[in-house]
Amino acid sequence: MPAIKVNGEVRVLDIEEDTPLLWVLRDTLGLVGTKFGCGVSACGACTVHVNGEPVRSCSTTIGDVAGKEIATIESLATDKLHPVQQAWIDHEVPQCGYCQSGMIMATTALLAENPDPTDADIDAAITNICRCGTYSRIRTAIHAAAKNMREG
Amino acid sequence: MAISRRKFLLTTAVAGSALAVGYVVLKPEEDTRLVFQKTARGGEVALNAWIKIDASGTVTVAAPRAEMGQGIYTALAMLVAEELDVDWKSVQVQDAPVHQVYANREMLRAALPFEDGYHQGENTSGAQFMGWLAELLSAQGTGGSTSIRDAWEPMRNAGACARHMLVQAAASKWNVPASECLAADGTVSHNGSGKSLSYGDLATLAASLTPPENPPLKNAADYKLIGKAVPRLDITDKTTGRATFGVDVKSDGMLYAAVNVAPVMGGSLKSYDREAIVKMPGVVAVAALPTGIAVVADSWWRAKKAADAAPVDFEDGGNGDLDSEGIYQLLEDSIKSGDPFTYRDDGDADKVFENAGDDVVASYQVPYLAHACMEPMNCTARVDGDNIQIWMPNQAPFLMRYLASRIADTDVENVQVFTTYLGGGFGRRAEGDLAEQAVRIAMAVPGKTVKLLWSREDDMRHDMYRPAARSLFRARLDDKGRPFAWFNRIAGQVPTKSFTQRIFDFATVDMPDNTSSEGSADMPYAIPNLQVQHVPVDLPVPVGFWRSVGHSYNAFFTESFMDELAHKAGQDPYKYRRDLLEGHPDYLAVLDKVASAAEWDLPMNSGRGRGIALHESFGSLVAQVAEVSVMPDDTIQLDRVVCVVDCGRVINPDTVVAQIEGAIVYGLTAALYGEVTLKDGAVEQGNFPDYEMIRLNNMPNIEVILAPSGRPIGGIGEVGTPPIAPALANAIFNATGKRVRELPLSKAGLVG
Repeated sequence: MPAIKVNGEVRVLDIEEDTPLLWVLRDTLGLVGTKFGCGVSACGACTVHVNGEPVRSCSTTIGDVAGKEIATIESLATDKLHPVQQAWIDHEVPQCGYCQSGMIMATTALLAENPDPTDADIDAAITNICRCGTYSRIRTAIHAAAKNMREG
Repeated sequence: MAISRRKFLLTTAVAGSALAVGYVVLKPEEDTRLVFQKTARGGEVALNAWIKIDASGTVTVAAPRAEMGQGIYTALAMLVAEELDVDWKSVQVQDAPVHQVYANREMLRAALPFEDGYHQGENTSGAQFMGWLAELLSAQGTGGSTSIRDAWEPMRNAGACARHMLVQAAASKWNVPASECLAADGTVSHNGSGKSLSYGDLATLAASLTPPENPPLKNAADYKLIGKAVPRLDITDKTTGRATFGVDVKSDGMLYAAVNVAPVMGGSLKSYDREAIVKMPGVVAVAALPTGIAVVADSWWRAKKAADAAPVDFEDGGNGDLDSEGIYQLLEDSIKSGDPFTYRDDGDADKVFENAGDDVVASYQVPYLAHACMEPMNCTARVDGDNIQIWMPNQAPFLMRYLASRIADTDVENVQVFTTYLGGGFGRRAEGDLAEQAVRIAMAVPGKTVKLLWSREDDMRHDMYRPAARSLFRARLDDKGRPFAWFNRIAGQVPTKSFTQRIFDFATVDMPDNTSSEGSADMPYAIPNLQVQHVPVDLPVPVGFWRSVGHSYNAFFTESFMDELAHKAGQDPYKYRRDLLEGHPDYLAVLDKVASAAEWDLPMNSGRGRGIALHESFGSLVAQVAEVSVMPDDTIQLDRVVCVVDCGRVINPDTVVAQIEGAIVYGLTAALYGEVTLKDGAVEQGNFPDYEMIRLNNMPNIEVILAPSGRPIGGIGEVGTPPIAPALANAIFNATGKRVRELPLSKAGLVG
């Protein structure tokens, strides 16, 4: 039985090892903030962190992440919102909001690695799809969050 | 006139059959306050069908329209809160139950299929009839960019009524004249005594009072919320993962369903091996559907794996040979020899063209498009005896209720529909197919809640597509280069007919339908001899309402062809349009504003180009200028879009700007990449790799300018989409001399 650590908690799962992490998070653990968009790693709605790296959970099996640390959107805000979430609110990014968990998780992973990304860095790192077309605001919010995080 | 009469007969027939199937029970005497009171929790008291107040003073506003990203929950709550005079921080929103009181009258009025002088707000007999029909059908739906136009009066009125009742309640408690009491920020206070009571303290007494007939409404100058950039109520939930979409509905012991349905259009289930399927891991049940099977399991992944592996055979319904080539050929043939409806006939275009001349003739074409909402299609249902519950991200709860009751053979009163947040709608979620499937599946596991979820491939291959369409133009210019005669014939499937047929299979007759010619027949340009026709085409491909519907293609056709005429006349495309807008100062203002904001007259470097387009849809005027660069490999890069919008009064400016930005991206994605093709009767595309999207790396710089005039309130959700394709195509012509007459641009090798 695979064991994974999700948002700091060890979970032992009685489940087939080929089950995608996405469905374990959503249907087994009830962490529905991570979204299903395409099932083929094309849209990024299901992005979570595995050992700090952004990973598309729809195409990552539970066997692939056994023993690793997984972080979902639910873990981001502690006593207050993460600066990336705050920037999303300040710039009124979401419309339907469905893709935004994945966008935010991809962004927090980017900023952890690159605290001052250029537009080109953002283009290369954030390849998620937003069907509502919130991209301009996403870009603005990423720069704003990066600035706030750098300035502490 | 003949058109009006025939269409009237159809709508009457639909209304009549709706009554015949027990669809609607008119209850004129019903106290509509109780409709919302029935949803009360924790001591909430309803003051009318739109407002509940609890003891702490929290105000819950009933939202009968779907929140699919357009910010409608916030805007509707603003209308109520403005007149209620309540602290915005104490306002929340709840999806409204299905009831006649929440019918979207404007949605039906705007869908008036014939021309009787109704455009926006006019009191014509057609508009009256459609308003009545909306009530009759309890047409609680979100579409046609109508939510604010419909809610503007009733929801402000609801706020003002409740405020009046709260003041009356306070006055009677204190035994003072109501005129001495003042309501503000959720509190009523008395001038003389300094006494005050919160709305929470007053709600129960207020609810027992008789609502006023016509409470006075505020003057616009006194607005505290309307017109201000109010933060969206759903914004925090949508950045923390807490917003509940349809896919997120949870229930103890919930089961999950996945489908395996006939890939061919119009295909059906032939046979399947139930025994083999139920032995698969986690499988609880198998439900036969008209088009295939659904597998119910203890997790969606297991249901999906079993559905994919299930031994199942399909009939192809005789459509196994259908392909895109044949469809495009049929559209071309229909233009040549089809039987058109005429939607506009000014002057005598036929007569002008009888005499040979130097005509400009061009044909345009667009493909089928998928909606591709980010949230894959889903519906959760539970059937307990006669009672049905549905949780669904949907745009038409009244329709879901009706279809569920029909499938389960029960009364509509026994069906409850809960509308979650929608992860995109765009017209797709007005369709009832998911609700029908989910109820059929839930009937196979009675007493259990079952969540039906389609894969992305299911969605892409079983959408109700934006119709493929073709458009032929012929124009004759006068000696000043102005169009003297203009003939336009469009051919394609008609979404309203396809949609109606999915509900009532007897609705097979071709009827005139303004949605097929909208954006063409209603052009503002002064052309003395002008004829616009549409040939309805029959094909087994289901078509539906795709963000901006007929405007989505007619804007591309007409505004591109207008550019061709300007070029033929040797005139600047902006000034050419300008000269044809006599008598339309509002169109002119928007056009002038976009030209000035985009610095239209500033020369551009070689290899760059500018295009302009102007379009009215859903009661709003939108003009756009696109700027492109030609890349070294001859592909096109869109650098910048400047957009000016006149939608009349603006409720929440920031969400209006966001909607326009998003609608431009939606139209741009279609213009660059969007194409659904058919082969062997089935859709070839399955997922995003085959149906590409704009992403951050190719997102242009978009500037949106709101320029509200004194026009009546217009729609917003769709109006940004139509002009972008022609603005882009016209910019490409300006930069390269190549005229794009077919979309998507990727087909012509113009996209890098």
